[in-house]
Amino acid sequence: MLTEFGKILVFIIFAFAFVAISIFMAKVIRPKRPTKEKLKTYECGEDPVGSPWVKFNIRFYVVALIFLIFDVEVVLLFPWALTYKEYGFYGLLVGFIFLFILGIGMAYEWRKGDLEWVRPKPNIPGLKSILSENKEKSK
Amino acid sequence: MGLLDKEFTDGNIVIAKADDILNWARLSSLWQLSFGLACCAIEMMATSASHYDFDRFGVMPRPTPRQADVIIISGTVTLKMATRIKRLYEQMPDPKYIISMGSCSNCGGPYWEHGYHVLKGVDRVIPVDVYVPGCPPRPEALLEGLLKLQEKIRNESLVKKTA
Repeated sequence: MLTEFGKILVFIIFAFAFVAISIFMAKVIRPKRPTKEKLKTYECGEDPVGSPWVKFNIRFYVVALIFLIFDVEVVLLFPWALTYKEYGFYGLLVGFIFLFILGIGMAYEWRKGDLEWVRPKPNIPGLKSILSENKEKSK
Repeated sequence: MGLLDKEFTDGNIVIAKADDILNWARLSSLWQLSFGLACCAIEMMATSASHYDFDRFGVMPRPTPRQADVIIISGTVTLKMATRIKRLYEQMPDPKYIISMGSCSNCGGPYWEHGYHVLKGVDRVIPVDVYVPGCPPRPEALLEGLLKLQEKIRNESLVKKTA
């Protein structure tokens, strides 16, 4: 007899077999007429220019990490919000402790200045910049 | 591999039925490449909108040629655009179809004689299946063109044609 996990295994096997057979059948049947032009990168009919591997600013990484934390917070709070009444005051307290811990994290990153977006200060050419450049040269 | 790339020398009932189901599938979901060139595009948009409802024939706009089956050349094809159209057509997966909409893309239209910048008919760069006359054609005319294309697809066959 199959155990409960055995049934899941059968499901998994069927799922993989289904995908494999579908892809294989499609490969057998479908028309395949590749040309150089067809395999080219699609850029609205223009010639593809440059590398698609564009560098992103490292600061996006911090923002993404912070977003992820609060995203997960919301996910965890939804089931809590549905059931905290059943646990009375204790349930409410647990939720607020969770929020408090994340609040400390928020305060920490705020203090660290991770929420601030440092803007570049371009040196706009003008009388002042020319004078300062000349000063540096004369030194 | 690539069974549909083959051409059979003589038909039998299996090939005939396969033809039927393939053609039915192809003609009932003609996804169009979403792009417009000139005033004909306005009529094409009107055809896509609720009043004429292109979607009831299975035509829906796709943003990339990789997913498109039909390209509707809706408007004046300038020489600059012609190379782009050629590439967009080349980048669509087979089988692919072309509807030339309006006088400009049929033959150059009002730019036939003195249009120094206009391609005199899009069929000079890509093979057109259906020509829809008009300047611009009304949505009903475009629907008629689509029905003609569906008719054409319905008569396609895997059997090799003998003259």
